[in-house]
Amino acid sequence: MAEFLTDSAIFLPVLLRGLYTTILLTLCALVVSVLLGLVWATMARSRFIGLRAATAAIINVVRGIPIIVQLFCVYFVLPEIGINLYPFAAGVIGLGLAYSVYQAENFRAGFEAVDPALLEAAQSLGMDDRLVMRRVVLPLGIRIALPPFGNTAVMLLKDSSIASTITIAELTRAGQLLAISTFKNGTVYVLIALLYLAASLPLAAAVRLLERRMASR
Amino acid sequence: MIAVENIHKAFGANRVLRGVSFAVEAGEVVCLLGPSGSGKSTVLRCLNGLERADSGRVRVAGREMSDASLSAIRRSVSMVFQRFNLFPHRTVLQNVVEGPIHVLREDRTEAEARGRDLLARVGMADRADDYPARLSGGQQQRVGIARALAMRPDAILFDEPTSALDPERVGEVLQIMRSLAEEGMTLIVVTHEIAFAREVADRAIFMDGGTVVEQGAARAMLTDPQEDRTRLFLDRVLRPL
Ligand SMILES: Nc1ncnc2c1ncn2[C@@H]1O[C@H](COP(=O)(O)OP(=O)(O)OP(=O)(O)O)[C@@H](O)[C@H]1O
Ligand SMILES: [Mg+2]
Repeated sequence: MAEFLTDSAIFLPVLLRGLYTTILLTLCALVVSVLLGLVWATMARSRFIGLRAATAAIINVVRGIPIIVQLFCVYFVLPEIGINLYPFAAGVIGLGLAYSVYQAENFRAGFEAVDPALLEAAQSLGMDDRLVMRRVVLPLGIRIALPPFGNTAVMLLKDSSIASTITIAELTRAGQLLAISTFKNGTVYVLIALLYLAASLPLAAAVRLLERRMASR
Repeated sequence: MIAVENIHKAFGANRVLRGVSFAVEAGEVVCLLGPSGSGKSTVLRCLNGLERADSGRVRVAGREMSDASLSAIRRSVSMVFQRFNLFPHRTVLQNVVEGPIHVLREDRTEAEARGRDLLARVGMADRADDYPARLSGGQQQRVGIARALAMRPDAILFDEPTSALDPERVGEVLQIMRSLAEEGMTLIVVTHEIAFAREVADRAIFMDGGTVVEQGAARAMLTDPQEDRTRLFLDRVLRPL
């Protein structure tokens, strides 16, 4: 135990830098996934069948490919067609895209759960489809989508560890390097597990707080 | 003001409207009566395009109902709903100014000043900043009427505006509707409140099975109906036991 503590004191600064990158990566990918997810969910409600079909295709393709493969595609394949990305940017884009389909599903379910009687009230005021979307469906649907959004955010935090495979020095990769060079696998991975936990609990709590603030009115 | 000519409407195999015709003059108050499922709500919803008739003509405020005229028609007639349908994420005042600001593109300050006047007129001025969930049904419906008035409509459609209210709350809503009628607002009201129809409406239309069975001057028709079906319906509504 004493050894664990002294080792921890040495390892923690390195791991905390990794954790910082993990959190940054997660938040950036979260923003990308939410924006893309909103686009997919809005397109899925379009009155144009072509747009709806395209959305369904995008969602099925993205959902059907493992996240690690998507990251490799962004990181290794894009440079071949002349698009060079920093590993961090590739991670944000890859994770953001992969998670956008889960966000889209959350938002779609939220939009559909908005009481149709409220849409009729809005239409009766003379609102067109876009205005109904912006003034009624979006604000109410997002509230309904918040609890599953919280789950998705925590999953994204954990899956950000996949970005270790494209050389991003986030928590998992920082830990791997440390473990290889010190042979203290046990200590390192326990610390990594604790740090992921330490990050995911506040994230879940933050979403719950947001939920409560929005529900109170 | 409003003219409905021989409209038909079916939901699948269910033929809900089978040739309905009537007209409403500006300033008239018309009550639509009839048993459940007779098509009253469907007729009302055809007047602001929430439903579109399969055949026949609907003219509202000088416009033929079509895709092109839909938004103009919706701006010229307001609707008040049985279950109020207030926007739960907006305050009472925000509900009232939602249409003026975002659809009519009125100036926010002016719209809010007028919104507060309208809330005062329905006795809800002191609740302007509350959310709808904190109001009773009668209070919500009064806000619903203020929201309808805020669009400066040529006519207001009411679909059973008091059916979801506690009995002791019905009067406060009917009172407001009566005052609108006295000011010359055109009202089309689906209701089971026979006393209101008799005293406030100019004309009554009785529907059954998707057709108009009888229409005429409200007081005369509701006191002494000509058709047996109308008489039977009134008996049942007025003496349920
Ligand atoms: N969107 C819809 N889809 C399918 N059927 C519908 C729809 N709207 C109404 N109907 C049917 O049309 C018929 C007439 O309905 P409507 O709501 O117009 O009657 P109503 O006279 O308003 O009755 P109530 O007094 O119960 O409100 C009913 O049989 C109803 O089931
Ligand atoms: Mg009805």
